[in-house]
Amino acid sequence: MQPILLIVFLPLLAALIAGLGNRTLGNTLAKSVTTGALFISCALSWPIFLSFVGGTAEPQVVQVLHWVQSGSLTFDWALRVDTLTAIMLVVITSVSALVHLYSWGYMSEDPDQPRFFAYLSLFTFAMLMLVTADNLVQMFFGWEGVGLASYLLIGFWFKKPSANAAAIKAFVVNRVGDLGFMLGIFGVYLVFNTVSIPEILVRAPAMAGSTIGFLGMQWDTLTILCILLFIGAMGKSAQLGLHTWLPDAMEGPTPVSALIHAATMVTAGVFMVCRLSPLFETSEVAMNIVTYVGAATCFFAATVGLTQWDIKRVIAYSTCSQLGYMFFAAGIGAYNAAMFHLFTHAFFKALLFLGAGSVIHAMHHEQDMRYYGGLRKHIPLTFWAMMAGTLAITGVGVYWFHAGFAGFHSKDAILEAAYASGKSAGMFAFWTGVVAALMTSFYSWRLMFLTFYGKPRWAGSEHIQHAVHDDHHGHGDHGHGHAKQDDGTAGYHPHESPLAMLIPLGVLTLGAVFAGWVFSHAYLDSAEFWGSSIFYNEHLMHAMHEVPLWVKLSATVVMLIGLSSAWYAYIVNPGLPAKFVALFKPVHTFVYNKWFFDELYNLIFVRPAFWFGEKFWKLGDIGLIDRFGPNGSAWVVQQGSRIASKLQTGYLYSYALVMLLGLTAAISWVLVN
Amino acid sequence: MIGIEHYVVVSSILFVLGVLGIFLNRKNVIVILMAIELILLAVNINLVAFSAFLGDLTGQVFAMFVLTVAAGEAAVGLAILVIYFRDRGTIAVDDVSHMQG
Repeated sequence: MQPILLIVFLPLLAALIAGLGNRTLGNTLAKSVTTGALFISCALSWPIFLSFVGGTAEPQVVQVLHWVQSGSLTFDWALRVDTLTAIMLVVITSVSALVHLYSWGYMSEDPDQPRFFAYLSLFTFAMLMLVTADNLVQMFFGWEGVGLASYLLIGFWFKKPSANAAAIKAFVVNRVGDLGFMLGIFGVYLVFNTVSIPEILVRAPAMAGSTIGFLGMQWDTLTILCILLFIGAMGKSAQLGLHTWLPDAMEGPTPVSALIHAATMVTAGVFMVCRLSPLFETSEVAMNIVTYVGAATCFFAATVGLTQWDIKRVIAYSTCSQLGYMFFAAGIGAYNAAMFHLFTHAFFKALLFLGAGSVIHAMHHEQDMRYYGGLRKHIPLTFWAMMAGTLAITGVGVYWFHAGFAGFHSKDAILEAAYASGKSAGMFAFWTGVVAALMTSFYSWRLMFLTFYGKPRWAGSEHIQHAVHDDHHGHGDHGHGHAKQDDGTAGYHPHESPLAMLIPLGVLTLGAVFAGWVFSHAYLDSAEFWGSSIFYNEHLMHAMHEVPLWVKLSATVVMLIGLSSAWYAYIVNPGLPAKFVALFKPVHTFVYNKWFFDELYNLIFVRPAFWFGEKFWKLGDIGLIDRFGPNGSAWVVQQGSRIASKLQTGYLYSYALVMLLGLTAAISWVLVN
Repeated sequence: MIGIEHYVVVSSILFVLGVLGIFLNRKNVIVILMAIELILLAVNINLVAFSAFLGDLTGQVFAMFVLTVAAGEAAVGLAILVIYFRDRGTIAVDDVSHMQG
C-alpha cells in the first residue's frame, strides 16, 4: 500500500468515524481517532518530504479510481506526489496534527467536540486532495472541499449571529473567486482539450500568441486563462478585492484560524499558481497582474494591521499581507521563494495564532489588546512561543552569518528576487514589500508590547470582570473584591494553558526558529530539489545573490526601525499613539475601517443584491408566482367548492328541482336532435 | 267538443302544480307527498286520455299500475313521516336537511 493513500484517506476515515459516531462515540474517542489519524498522516509525510530534500525520491502518480469518461473528456482520481506536493503534505499534516492536539485543550469545554474534530479532519482531507490533485477537476474538488470545511468551522459556534454572518460571507466571497477558477478550468479544457495538469503544462508554450473570444472581446489565450485561474486564487488566498472574508473568518474558534486561515487553506491560491507556474510563465501580462495584486495586498493588509485592536484580527491582516508577499514572489517568477515563504509562514503564523489562542484562553476570551498588558510574567511559556513567532515573522536574522529565524530567510529571498527581477512590476513589489516589512515589524511588536509588556489593563474588560465576578461569588466575598484592586488586574489571575496546548506551541516554535535556516538551501538554491514540479527560474535565482548589499540588508533595517518605533510608542512613551492618531485623524479612520472596503462592497454589491432580492421575493415570488401559481389555483378550487357546496342544501326539494331540470334538459336535447 | 288538447292542458296544469308544490312548499312534508300524488295523477290523466284517443287499452292498464304504485308510495311515505315525527318531533320542511354534508 502506498503511504500517500494512507496520508490522504486516513483523515477522511477519521472524519467519518468522528462525524457519524458523534455523541455515540463520545468526546475522548472521537478526539483520539481524529488526532491519531492526523499524527499517522504527519509521520508518513515527513519521510516523503525528507526524501525529496535528500534527492532520493522520484515524482510519482498513484491512480486511485477511474473518474470520468465523457467524449474526449477523461480523467481519474489520481494522487500526484512531487516536490511541490511533498512540501504541502508536511505543512498540512504537521500543522493539522498540532492543531488537533491543541484543540484538546482549547475546546475542552465545548459541548460539540466530536463535530469540531470531524470538521478539522474533513478539512485536512480536502486540503490534501487539493494538493495531490493530478488534474484541475480534482483540484477543484479539494478547493470546494476546503471551502465547505472552512464555512462549517467559521460557523462552528452557530448560535452566534456574527459567526453565521462571517461563514456566509466567506462562502459567498469565495464563490466569486471560484467562478473565475471554474471559467479558467472550462477555458483550459476548451483550449487544450484536457484537464490533466502535466499535459496542460507541456502544451501551454505552443499556444503562445493565439487569441480567444471572451466577453465579446479578443484576448490572448494564455493571458485570459491565467487571469481567470488567478481570480480563483485571489478568492481563496484573500487577495486585495476578495480579501474581505478573511478577517471576519476570525469569528471561528482560534485553532481553526491557525489551521485554515493562516497555515493551509489560504495558501491554496499560492500553491495553485506555483503548480501551474509553466502556464503562468507564458503570459507576461498575467504575471504582472499577479505581482501587482500581491504587492498591493501586502501593503494594504499591513496598513490595516497597524490599527486593529483585536489580537486575532491583527494576525489575520498579517496573514493577508504575507500572502501578498507569496503572490508577488510568484508573479516575478520566484516560485520557489513563494513556496519557501509559504512553508515558513505556515509554522510561524500557526504559532502566532495558537499563541494568541493561548492568550485568549488565559484572558477568559478577551480578544481586545487594549485590555491586555503585563502578561509576560503570568503566562511565560506562551510569551516565549509568541516571541519566537514574532521574531520569525518580522524576519530577525544576521545576514553575514546567514542565520536567522524562519521569516528572515524566506522574506529576504522574496525581496531580493523582486529587486533582481529587474522588471518594473518587480521594483514596485520590492518597494511595497520593504514598506510592508516595516509595518509588519511595527504591528507584530505592537502586538507583543501591548499584550505582554507594560502594566495590566485588564480591569476594563467585561470578560475579565465576569470571570472575577463569578470567582468572587464562589468565595463568598462579593462586593469587596473590586474596590481593593487598583493595579489594573481587577483581581484576576491569568493561568498558563494546559499541556495539550503548550506542546503544539513548543513544536511550532522549533519550526519558526529552524524551518528557514535548515531548508533555505534546498528551497532557494537547488534546482534538483524542485525537479519539474515548478518552473525553476535559474537565472533569477542566480541574479538574486548578485543584488547590492543594501537590498539584502533592507528587510533587516526596516525590521529594526519597526521594532524600535513600536518599542518607543508602546513602552517608552505610551501616550504617543493616541497623539499620533489625533494628528492624522482622517488617515487613521480610513485605515482603521479597513479602507472602507466592507462599506464599499455593501454599497455596490450587497445592498443592490438585497434590493433585487427583495423585489424578486415580494414582486416576483409573492406577487407573481405565488399569486397566480399555487395560491391562485388554491383560490379557484376554494371558490369553486364553496359554490358547489351551496348546491348541497340537504333539502329534498332542491335535489328534486335539480333532477327535474336535468331531466328537462336531457329530454329537450333529445327532442331538438 | 272536448278534444285531446284539453286533457293534455289539464294534466299539464296538474303536473306543474305538483312540481311547484314540491319546490315552493316550505312548510310540510305531507304537502310534498300530496304534490307527488298530483304529478302522478297528471300522468294518469295523460295515459288514460291518450289510451282512449288512440283506442289502445295499454295506457289504461298502465294507469291502474300507476295508481297501485301511488298508493304504495303514499303508504311508505306516510310511514316514514310518522317515524320521522316520532324521532324528531317535527316534519317542517326547513328542518329536514340532514342530507347536507
